[in-house]
Amino acid sequence: MTGSGDFDLNRRELVAGGSAAAALTSLPRGAHAETTPMDRPTRMKVSLTVNGQHRDLELDTRTSLLDAAREHLHLTGSKKGCDHGQCGACTMIVDGRRINACLTLAVMHQGAEITTIEGLGQPDTLHPMQAAFVKHDGYQCGYCTPGQICSGVAVLAEIKAGIPSHVTADLNAASQVTEAEIRERMSGNICRCGAYSNIVEAITEVAGRPA
Amino acid sequence: MKFDTPATQNPIDQLKVVGKPTDRIDGKYKTTGTAPFAYERHDVAANQAYGYVIGAGIAKGRIRAMQVDEAKRAPGVLAIVTTLDTPRLERGTMNTAYLFGGDQVQHYHQAIAVVVAETFEEARAASFLVGVDYAPEAGKFDLAAEARGAKPVPGDSGEGSGGNGEERVGDFEGAFAKAPVTVDATYTTADESHAMMEPHATVAAWDGDKVTLWTSNQMIAWGHGSVAKILGIPKENVRIDSPFVGGGFGGKLFVRADAVLAALGAKAAGRPVKVALTRPLIANNTTHRPATIQRVRIGATKDGTITAIAHESTSGNLPDGDPETAVSQTKLLYAGANRLAAMKLALLDLPEGNAMRAPGEAPGLMVLEAAMDEMAEKLGLDPVEFRVRNDTQVDPHAPDRRFSHRDLVGCLKLGAEKFGWAKRSAKPGTVRDGQWLVGVGVASAFRNNMVMKSGARVRLDEQGTVTVETDMTDIGTGTYTIIAQTAAEMMGVPLEKVVVRLGDSSFPASAGSGGQWGANSSTSGVYAACMKLREAVAQRLGINSADAVFEDGHVRSGNRAVPLGDAAQGGLTVEDTIEFGDLSKTYQQSTFGAHFVEVGVDVHTAEIRVRRMLAVCAAGRILNPKSARSQVIGGMTMGTGAALMEELVVDTERGFFANHDLAGYEVPVHADIPHQEVIFLDEVDPISSPMKAKGVGELGICGVGAAVANAVYNATGIRVRDYPITLDKLLDHMPEAA
Repeated sequence: MTGSGDFDLNRRELVAGGSAAAALTSLPRGAHAETTPMDRPTRMKVSLTVNGQHRDLELDTRTSLLDAAREHLHLTGSKKGCDHGQCGACTMIVDGRRINACLTLAVMHQGAEITTIEGLGQPDTLHPMQAAFVKHDGYQCGYCTPGQICSGVAVLAEIKAGIPSHVTADLNAASQVTEAEIRERMSGNICRCGAYSNIVEAITEVAGRPA
Repeated sequence: MKFDTPATQNPIDQLKVVGKPTDRIDGKYKTTGTAPFAYERHDVAANQAYGYVIGAGIAKGRIRAMQVDEAKRAPGVLAIVTTLDTPRLERGTMNTAYLFGGDQVQHYHQAIAVVVAETFEEARAASFLVGVDYAPEAGKFDLAAEARGAKPVPGDSGEGSGGNGEERVGDFEGAFAKAPVTVDATYTTADESHAMMEPHATVAAWDGDKVTLWTSNQMIAWGHGSVAKILGIPKENVRIDSPFVGGGFGGKLFVRADAVLAALGAKAAGRPVKVALTRPLIANNTTHRPATIQRVRIGATKDGTITAIAHESTSGNLPDGDPETAVSQTKLLYAGANRLAAMKLALLDLPEGNAMRAPGEAPGLMVLEAAMDEMAEKLGLDPVEFRVRNDTQVDPHAPDRRFSHRDLVGCLKLGAEKFGWAKRSAKPGTVRDGQWLVGVGVASAFRNNMVMKSGARVRLDEQGTVTVETDMTDIGTGTYTIIAQTAAEMMGVPLEKVVVRLGDSSFPASAGSGGQWGANSSTSGVYAACMKLREAVAQRLGINSADAVFEDGHVRSGNRAVPLGDAAQGGLTVEDTIEFGDLSKTYQQSTFGAHFVEVGVDVHTAEIRVRRMLAVCAAGRILNPKSARSQVIGGMTMGTGAALMEELVVDTERGFFANHDLAGYEVPVHADIPHQEVIFLDEVDPISSPMKAKGVGELGICGVGAAVANAVYNATGIRVRDYPITLDKLLDHMPEAA
């Protein structure tokens, strides 16, 4: 437990860190000069397999996997809702596991197999999860939807693989596709339109299909 | 088409397409990520550069100087536009705070610069090299402190609620003093953020003195005019395109800094520029739902007849801002001879308060409907029965005005039956289910039905395809689909033969998406255009339009049946606008509902879990029960957030919302929301529009927060009057865990 003075200090640091302009309110002019990164950005080559296709990129190393897809490969299905790993709209499936693509740099994924929403299905060849979302109206504005769908697909795979969650009561028993499991595991994907009730129905329906 | 007499039988009544729970026609694009949102429009302009917006680091004051030399030299930087380079720009329609320009800072994270660079990474990095010298000034940030000096003000949400600073009927004080049973309760509601998933974003490209903005905006016609005004150029030189909007909830009703800075950045860089507000900027840079302090007083006879009702609300805003119109619904919801509704406004230097989903009613009903629960308990009456007993079929402030159609009682009674309300324990804190204290709550839902002028263009081609163009937007509401359903019904073609194009300012001006007027108004505009097209088709085919039957892709008259496309040799295009007369004045038009909620409260930790939710809605004809239901459950979800977690936390010293991202500002997630039930009463309202529909997009959020709060009370016996009801507010008062 910190005292109120400590808290105040921490809070100010947080504020400063969160806003360029705020940071400079308490600094003299030119204080950043010594650390100015005037050099050209560091670029690196990276090869990815995206939706089954081999892709070679040369990127500013600061490029997130999300921006590599959206800005460089023009795969804009993965969405940027927060760029902070707080909303799940950027969810991709990387080497079989879902991740927040905004929270990882593209160059960290040399050789990775990546599935984005575009790789699951296209408008006239919908993946069963995409079709279930349409049927159950598991979306409204559509912005969180690709992330929800990628997460939904990965969640079913996680349950099948026996990976437990916070609500799994018996860690020794096989995980079940219950609504509680789906809600728990999907809670990193925010839908501000509030389609949760329908999304759970869509995922449940897909889970019920014979493998 | 002028709509000034109640609708009679018309082609929509066939209900072959309208009224069906059709899957969304844009669903396959949204679920594959191929629906193009603003920031993703790589296709529309080559060579787009990236703009990164810098927000002010003080809440109030002046900028003395900005240092941009280092940033300008940084790799990839193409241009920097600062607020000091730019004279204060005009505000757009309904902006309260200025979006850009000049040295004054009105609120924290107000935009003060945009850095344009070759890449996002370079623009972001360079933005950290911009220096700012501020001359901060003291500001007012604490609503509770400023409320004491707040003045009564008139106000209008712009979305169907509002009024004078004080409105009275009869003698409230006298009647309240005489009432044998009274409640006098003061509640607070928190500042809330729209937190739509798609950040405000715009791609701007200039072609000479003309600019096109691919943006994310709910109200294209407003936005079109606003951009022209802000940039100081003629409207003809501006085009806005917004075919998909990743959520708005009122936060994208108005042009925001992304659009302005994309345009200025593109001008400065001599290239198309795209700008998205970063998530941490959104809470303070854009608008929010203002916090309120509300007092409700109700006086009743012992049998539960309301004789006196008063609702007063105080909220804060920047100079020129409106009050939160939280008292409006109380003028219309229940009977009672002696009434008072009053709004006060405190000047604050926090970011701009403005419309968020059901402005006024959402926070207002959170309080009124909790106070009604308090009153029902004092009376020893069932809360459903207490509400039924005080129903009114006329506007209590103008008893000559009847409601066009009002079935609040039907909603309450059907909901009670379906929810199993009779099993409720009237004594709080008495139902246990394992570790959970279980309670149920009810609240009325109420939201006015606004109708707005709305235009559409309809084109028929030789293949019999009908193309509808209107600047109406689909912000998740299902507009594409209900407009297609409307055109299909009117022209007698299958849904697949309708193409809907939205969100482009070169299309006829529509009602836009706001105030739950969009669906009813925009489909009425399409109805009007289709009526005109039917006339034109009949005329071309030499058929008397009164005899013409449009069905199965054909036009029939007597024994003659002609393919619809035959009337379109060389193309056939018409345009019309629905305009509404005085029916919305002569009748009070509103939508109604009843929310039922069951919660569990952990007996040890006071954790609150919502277990069941039901809404019964009476909102005229439901154009598409599937997408309408989604609107309602979305409102129920957001309202649950308002009740249990949503609060922009004010730093009253530095003057900003401290929790300005999606980790700090908590909204409901999957784990917070159970299966939700919605029932629509089967009704039509011919006084509303030719569609006989009403709005439903905001009804779902109205009252639901109070139903949650009332359920928490029923579960625990603890009445929390400061929203959101977080477990820390319960913990010290929890009943002994047995």
